[in-house]
Amino acid sequence: MTQVVIICVYLVLLIGLGVVSKRFFRGGSADFFVASRSIGPFVLFMSVFGTTMTAFAMVGSTGEAFNVGVATFGKMASSSALVHSATFFLIGLRLWSLGKRNGYMTQIELFRDRFESSGLGYLLFPILVGLIIPYLLVGLMGAGSVIGGVTRGAFPEVFASTGGAVPPWLTSLVICAVVLSYIFMGGVRSAAWANTFQTLVFMAMGVLAFVLISAKLGGFSAASEMADSAKAVRVGNITELQFFTYLFIPLSVGMFPHLFQNFLTSKSSKNFKFMLIAHPLSIMVTWIPCILIGYWATGAFMPGTETPIIPPGTSPNAVLGIMIAKLSTPVIAGLVGAGVLAAIMSSLDSQFVSVGTMFTRDIVAHSFGKDRFSDTTMVWLARGFITFIVIVTFLFTLAEPRSVFTLGIWCFSGYAALFPLVFAAIYWKRATKIGAYACVLATAICWFLLFKASGYGSNGAYTVGGMMPVVAMFATCAITLLVVSLATKAPSENTLKKFFPIS
Amino acid sequence: MSKKTLIFGYLVLLFFLHQDSWLKNDGTLVMGFLPATLAYHMAFVVAATLGWLLVVKFAWPDGLESEPASENSGEEAADS
Repeated sequence: MTQVVIICVYLVLLIGLGVVSKRFFRGGSADFFVASRSIGPFVLFMSVFGTTMTAFAMVGSTGEAFNVGVATFGKMASSSALVHSATFFLIGLRLWSLGKRNGYMTQIELFRDRFESSGLGYLLFPILVGLIIPYLLVGLMGAGSVIGGVTRGAFPEVFASTGGAVPPWLTSLVICAVVLSYIFMGGVRSAAWANTFQTLVFMAMGVLAFVLISAKLGGFSAASEMADSAKAVRVGNITELQFFTYLFIPLSVGMFPHLFQNFLTSKSSKNFKFMLIAHPLSIMVTWIPCILIGYWATGAFMPGTETPIIPPGTSPNAVLGIMIAKLSTPVIAGLVGAGVLAAIMSSLDSQFVSVGTMFTRDIVAHSFGKDRFSDTTMVWLARGFITFIVIVTFLFTLAEPRSVFTLGIWCFSGYAALFPLVFAAIYWKRATKIGAYACVLATAICWFLLFKASGYGSNGAYTVGGMMPVVAMFATCAITLLVVSLATKAPSENTLKKFFPIS
Repeated sequence: MSKKTLIFGYLVLLFFLHQDSWLKNDGTLVMGFLPATLAYHMAFVVAATLGWLLVVKFAWPDGLESEPASENSGEEAADS
């Protein structure tokens, strides 16, 4: 019960933050969607980092370390430390500059302009939004698992079917309502402020959980000695080719619609400097506690007993919640539970704002004319579409659960596969409209066929020729774009001048 | 060789050093609790941060802070 009270207090604080940010809301769509491009370096970093780290980073990483060992850190976190910052530098900075100069608020506006095609936006919209849904699902499923773990036994009479734990559907419903309420009040500014606050909370709580759990297990060394030694190495857990090809997955940050929008909130390109340096270190601070907790869980027993802390057959998604619940006090469980929710909500908010922005700017305003609706109506349309997507995602959470880590990988792979499109758009003059159409279609088909072949994500070990499926998708996108662009008419001089003004 | 070339060369080298095949079956616990490959990848993150610090200090691009063209130029071009 104590843990539920702490989590509820935290959720109320967030709504309070939304109320405060509403006082700064200037009322127009430019403020709702990109905070009037006024965000400084610290908030930019915190909102981008908070958005990137979701249930995947806390719940997923702990579960994956429990399943396949500490190689999880190398395959997703240390690779991201290098590739994410490289993408922010090579792609983010250029997108920010082009967005500021030409007034873009969404990725699709940039692609329509660069490839001189209105139709390309209609093709990209369902793909980009469709890929966000599994990303949202990762967050909601992760939240359900952790809150279920930390509240187990708290309400034996009310929730008898879940062993007294708050059921996942209720957790999903509550956090959707909280996130919707604060972003409806202040748009992307609320999201950026909430992200800053929540990123601090989840980093601090992750470290707190790590220190307390290790102390309960007898200290760092005792906990590691207890762990399954087979999970301390890569051999037997992941092949070298799989490990190498995981490097493609962090490229997804170049195509995340919500990160594009986060970039555009920046006041200056210089704000990216802090992000480039702080992002890798923050990844380490967030991931290492979770990886070690997952690793220790492979062999940990309840102190003074022979009872394993994680019962056989436990879902990897539940490992973090169970470790926290069994090895800490209700107060700590409540605080860490709030920290995990912070990580999840700090991604959901940006994603919600992003889908709303794309719908109003790329579909409504583009189809009916930008003057057809007032600014206020546009903001309300965004809110309506966000609510629709949240309902669809919530309904998906009621279906058969998947591993948070596996689902996240499929979602990131889809975005990473489209990386050649954004790279070519800003660095390759010869990339053409038909090339863009062809590569988007080919990549979407390739993603769907491979996702289907993996049993819609149920086979977490699915590979293509021993490599992660992202390689096949990425190659499909790059080769199609290259070949078709070279075979079709080059973009107009006007477009080239706009996108490549110096050369 | 210019500073920029050296810095970007260092980052490319890191890309290859990510594959620590020599530690793939090393179960040693560094400092008594960190599996060898995990300790290596923590050091790798610090090395990557150093690389980005060098980029910020010595290889930051110029000419990014240009003035806005017009607020709706994107839509106009795509419509045409």
